[in-house]
Amino acid sequence: MSDTHAQTVAFVRETTIPESPPPAAETGAIKWLRQNLFATPANSLLTVAALYVIWVVLSGSLPWIFGGLWTTTSLAECREILQGRTGACFSVLSERWNQLLYGFKYPADQYWRPNLAFLLLFFAAAPVLFFDLPRKMLIFTGLYPFLAYWLIWGGSLLVPIVALLGFLGGALVYQRFIKTSFAAGFFGGIAAAFVIWTVAGAIIPENASDNAMLSSVPSRDLGGFMLNMMLGVTCVSLSLPIGIALALGRQSDMPLIKWVCVVFIEFIRGVPLITLLFVASVMLSYFFPPESTVDLFLRVVIMITMFSSAYIAEVIRGGLAALPKGQYEGADSLGLDYPQAMQLIILPQALKISIPGIVNVAVGLFKDTTLVSVISMFDLVGMIRGPILASTEWNGVYWELLGFAALLFFVVCYGISQYSQWLERRLATDHR
Amino acid sequence: MKKSVFFGALTLAGLGAGVAAAGTLDDVKARGKLNCGVTTGLVGFAAPDANGEWKGFDVGVCRAVAAAVLGDATAVEFVPTTGKTRFTALASGEIDMLARNTTWTFSRDVDLKFTFVGVNYYDGQGFMVPKELGVSSAKELDGATVCIQTGTTTELNLADFFRANNISYEPVPIETNAEGQQQYLAGACDTYTTDASGLAATRATFENPGDHVLLPEIVSKEPLGPLVRHGDNEWGDVVRWTLNALITAEELGVTSTNIADMSAAPGDNPEVNRLLGTEGNLGEMLGLSADWAKNAIMAGGNYGELFEQNIGESTSIGLARGLNAQWTDGGLIYSPPFR
Amino acid sequence: MTTITDPPKESFRLSQLIYDTRYRSLTFQAIAAMVLALSIWYLGNNLIQNLRAAGLNISFDFLRDTANYDISQRLIEYDSQSSHSRAAIVGVLNTLLVAFLACITATIFGVIAGVLRLSNNWLVRKLMAFYVEIFRNIPVLIWIIIIFTIMTAVLPGPRAFRGDEPEASMVLDAFAFTNRGIYTPGPVWGPGSMVVVATFIASIFGIVAYRKYATNLLYATGRLLPTFWPSVGLFFLPTILMYFIMGKPIGLDIPELTGFNFSGGIKIGGPLIALWFALSIYTGAFIAENVRAGIQAVSKGQTEAAGALGLRPGRVMNLVVLPQALRVIIPPLISNYLNITKNSSLAIAVGYADITATLGGITLNQTGRAIECVLLLMLFYLTISLLISAFMNVYNSSIKLKER
Repeated sequence: MSDTHAQTVAFVRETTIPESPPPAAETGAIKWLRQNLFATPANSLLTVAALYVIWVVLSGSLPWIFGGLWTTTSLAECREILQGRTGACFSVLSERWNQLLYGFKYPADQYWRPNLAFLLLFFAAAPVLFFDLPRKMLIFTGLYPFLAYWLIWGGSLLVPIVALLGFLGGALVYQRFIKTSFAAGFFGGIAAAFVIWTVAGAIIPENASDNAMLSSVPSRDLGGFMLNMMLGVTCVSLSLPIGIALALGRQSDMPLIKWVCVVFIEFIRGVPLITLLFVASVMLSYFFPPESTVDLFLRVVIMITMFSSAYIAEVIRGGLAALPKGQYEGADSLGLDYPQAMQLIILPQALKISIPGIVNVAVGLFKDTTLVSVISMFDLVGMIRGPILASTEWNGVYWELLGFAALLFFVVCYGISQYSQWLERRLATDHR
Repeated sequence: MKKSVFFGALTLAGLGAGVAAAGTLDDVKARGKLNCGVTTGLVGFAAPDANGEWKGFDVGVCRAVAAAVLGDATAVEFVPTTGKTRFTALASGEIDMLARNTTWTFSRDVDLKFTFVGVNYYDGQGFMVPKELGVSSAKELDGATVCIQTGTTTELNLADFFRANNISYEPVPIETNAEGQQQYLAGACDTYTTDASGLAATRATFENPGDHVLLPEIVSKEPLGPLVRHGDNEWGDVVRWTLNALITAEELGVTSTNIADMSAAPGDNPEVNRLLGTEGNLGEMLGLSADWAKNAIMAGGNYGELFEQNIGESTSIGLARGLNAQWTDGGLIYSPPFR
Repeated sequence: MTTITDPPKESFRLSQLIYDTRYRSLTFQAIAAMVLALSIWYLGNNLIQNLRAAGLNISFDFLRDTANYDISQRLIEYDSQSSHSRAAIVGVLNTLLVAFLACITATIFGVIAGVLRLSNNWLVRKLMAFYVEIFRNIPVLIWIIIIFTIMTAVLPGPRAFRGDEPEASMVLDAFAFTNRGIYTPGPVWGPGSMVVVATFIASIFGIVAYRKYATNLLYATGRLLPTFWPSVGLFFLPTILMYFIMGKPIGLDIPELTGFNFSGGIKIGGPLIALWFALSIYTGAFIAENVRAGIQAVSKGQTEAAGALGLRPGRVMNLVVLPQALRVIIPPLISNYLNITKNSSLAIAVGYADITATLGGITLNQTGRAIECVLLLMLFYLTISLLISAFMNVYNSSIKLKER
C-alpha cells in the first residue's frame, strides 16, 4: 500500500540542499554587533550612551596628550609655545623625572643603586610568586633584604652582614634545639640572634660607615616613587610573619594570647591609617627611650607594618577557618604537636588559600603608602604637592603630574592584581 | 651614628646608644651635622630647588648655625616639617632647631616649652585679592570666601580680625601653599591670606602677578624666628648669638666679600674684632671656635645679604626691607652688642 | 587483696610546666603576660620620662578652652568663641555626614556598575570593567586630589555669574554650580508647615501599612491587591492637599548672587562635594565587584527553577535571586562602608572640616597637644568601627542559613 503513495508524489529529493550562507544579518561582524551592542532598544540606547561617554573623554584628552610639549623648562614657556592651543606640558615630567622617582635628595650619581635593587627585586620575588621556579632561588630571596638595604642606604657592609649573621645564627640554634622541643628552639634562636647583634653592635666601630664602598644615604633623603615602593615592599614582607603569628594567636586556646591578638587586630583595623601615621609622626618619638631618636622612615615602617599585619592576620584567619576540620584532627591523630602540625599540615594549606587575599592587602597597602605625603614625607604625591608644584617654574601643572602619578600606580597595582587573578585560576584547578 | 639609630630596632643595645646624654651643642658636634627643621616648601624662605638644594632665608639661618658650630655650612640635615609635626619634631629631639617661619607667641614660648632665640623676620598677616574684584581694604571683605593655609596662627588672626570688625567670612582651610594658590587662582576663594611675605612669595610665582594686589591692612604681628627646646640654654645661646652675629655684621658693614680681609688682622673697630674673634674670647665662652662668627657670616653673608639674595627686591619675591631694616635705618632689626 | 595498684600520685613537678601539655599553656601565658607587662611598663616609662624632660604633661583641659578659629562647614551652631570640644563635635558630625552621603552614592554607583558589568552589551561591559579597574588600582588620595582639582578648574567661580553678559548662569534660575560649591533652593518653613511634614510622615506609614496588609491578604486568601499606584497616590496626594489647605506654608529660598558669594538657599560646599564624590566613585568600584560576585554566586539553576515555578522575571529577581545574592553582597558591602568612614579622614587634602581636620588638624596645631588629640581621634574612629562591626555581626547571624 505504501507504493501507491510513492507514485502519487511527483518529486522526491534525494540529495541535501547545498548549504547556503547565513543571512547577512546573522553572520560575522554584523551578527556580533547585533548580539553584543544592539540586542534590544534599551541595549542600543546604552551603546549610544557609552559611545558618547567614550567620545567625550577621548576628544577631551587626546589632543591634550598628543599636543603635549616635552622639552620646555617652565610652565610659562609651555604657555608661550602653545599660544592657547590645547596641549599638555609634559616637560615637567622630563625635567623633574629623577625627583619624581627618587625624591630630591638622593645623590644623583647613586641612582644606579635603587635601580639595581629594584631590578633584583624581581629575581627575589619570582620564586615566591611562581611556584614552578627552582626552589634554590629562594636562597637569593632570603639574601635580598640585606642586599637591598645595603644598596639603598649604603654605608658599611658590616651592618647588613651582622644582621644576616644574627638571623643565620638564630636559625642554626633553632635547627639544633627543635629536636628536643619547639619552645627551646624558638626562644633559643631568638636569644642567639640577639646575642650576635648585641656583640656585633658593640664591635662595629662607630665610623665604619665613613669610608664604605657605597656612600651612606640617610633615610630622610629617600623620596619619590622609590619611597612608595620601598614602604610597600618592606611593610608587606615584614607584616607576613607578624600576620601569621597574629592569626594563629587569635585561634589559640590560651585566653590571654587570644585576647591580646584580638584587641590588637581590632584596634588597628578600627582606625584609619592616617591616624596611625600621625602617631608615627607626632607621638611615637615619646615612646622611645629618652635621648634617642629613631628616624621617621623607621617609625612609619613600624606603624604601616602594624597596620598591614592586622589585615593580613584576618586574611590568614580566613584561610585557617576554610580548612576542613579533618586536617586538624588528622594532624592530631598522627601525634604531631602544635608547632609540627602547624608547620607541616595546616599553614602550607591555609597560606595557599590566603594568597589572593594577601595580594589584595598588598595592593591596598601599596596604594596607601601615598598617605605618608600628609606627614611631610616626600613620596611621589608628596613631591608633587610639595616641592614641584611650589616651585616658580611649575606652579600650576596639575594634570600632567597627577596623571603621571595615577599612571604609575595603575601600572603596578593592575599588574599585581592580574597576577593575583592568574594565581586564583591556578590554585582553583584542584577543586574541579 | 646613623647605623645605631637605624639598627636600633634590632638591637636593644643600639637603641640606647642613639645619642649621648649631653646637651644639644655636644650632640651636634659629635654628630657632625645639624638637624634643622624647615617648611616643606615656601619659595624664598625654604624650598628645595631643581637640584634638590635647599634655598631660602630660613635655610640661610640654619647654614649659618652649622657653620658657626661645625665650621661647615653644608653640614646641615634639613628636615621638612608641616605645621602639625614641627613642634613634636623639636620637642622629641628629632631636630636641633626649628627655622620654619614660626611666629613667636606667648603660648608657644610658655605652654609648649620652646625658647625663641630672636626674630629674623618681622611679618604680619595680609590679604591678597584679584585686582578685578575692586576691593581696596580688608574691611570690605564682608561675606568673602577666604583661603587659609592651615597649621599657622593665621586661622586665629583671621577669626579675630573679622570678629573685631563684625563682618562675616567663609574660611577654606588648605593644607599646602600650592593648593591654596590653585584655589585662589580658580576663583574658589575671593582672597588668600597668610603672612605678607608668604603672599609676596606666592604672587611672584603667578602667571600675571600684576593682576593681584596685597591689601594695605596687616591684621597681626608675626615675629618669625628660630626656636630651640626649653632648658638647654647653652644651645639656645649659640643659635641666638649666631643670628645676632649676622645682624651685627650688617650693622658694622661686615660682608661676605670683605670678611676675609677684616678677620685677617685686628682692625680699628673693637666690636668687629670681638665679633670676628681677632680680639677677646667670645667664641670660647659659647663653647665654639674663635672664628665662629666669621664662619657663620661666610656661610651666606650677613643678615642684609641673606635678605637680598633670597627675598629682597632684586629677587622675584621682591620684599622691601620695611620693618626688617636695621634699627639705624628706621627698622626693627636690632642686635644686642657684642661685648 | 587489692591487685590493682593505686594510680600514680598526681604530684606536681616543675618540669610539668614545660613538658605537660595540660600546664604548658599556663607557662606560655605567664611568659606572655610578663612580656606584655614589661613592654607596657617600658613604653610608659619612656613616655613619662620624655614628657618630664620636655616639661609637658597629659591633660585634656584644653578641650574646654576657646577654639578661636572658624569652620565654614558645620551642622551645629559654632563660632570662633566656642570650645575646642565643640569644634571636635562639629568635625565628628561632618565626618558622619560625608560618610553617610558617600555610602549611599557609592552603593548606587556600585550596584549600577556591577549589574552593567554583567550586561550582554559588550561595549558597556568593557566600559564598566575599565571603570572598576581604573578606580581600584589608583590610590584614593590621588583620586580625591584629582576630583578636587577638576571641580575647582572646571566649574566657574561666583565671579563668572556677575555682569550683564555673565560667562555662567544659574540652572533653571535656581541652582548655581560654582567651584565653591553647589547652591540650591532651600525650604522656608512658615507657620503650619509642621502639619504638612507630619502629614507626609503619616502617609509614609500609611504606605507601609497598606503594603503589609496587601501581602497578608495575598498569603491568606490569594487575592492580589494593586500596590504600585495606591502607593504613589498615598505618597503625593495627602501631602499636596494639606499643603494647599494650610495655605502654602512652605516657600522656597532661591540663592542669589550678593556681594562675593551666593546667599540664601542651601549651600553644599565644594570640599564636601569633592570628597563625597571621590569617596563614592572610588568605593563604588569595589562595591561593583562585590555586586557582580554576589549575583554570579547565585547558581543558574535557581533562576531556572523559579522560572519553572511560573514566576515572572521581575519576581524571580526579587524573590529568588536578590535574597540569595544579598547574603553574599552585604558583608563586604558593610566593610566597604567602614572603609568609606576611615577614608573620609583624607578630608584634610581638600580642606573639608572633618574630625581629622578640626581635632587632629587645627586644634592639634594650635594647642600642641599632639598625644591627646591623636588619642581622641583614634578613639572616635575605633568607636565607629566597632559599632559598624557589631551591627555586621548581628546581621550576619540573622541571615545565616538555617541548617538542620
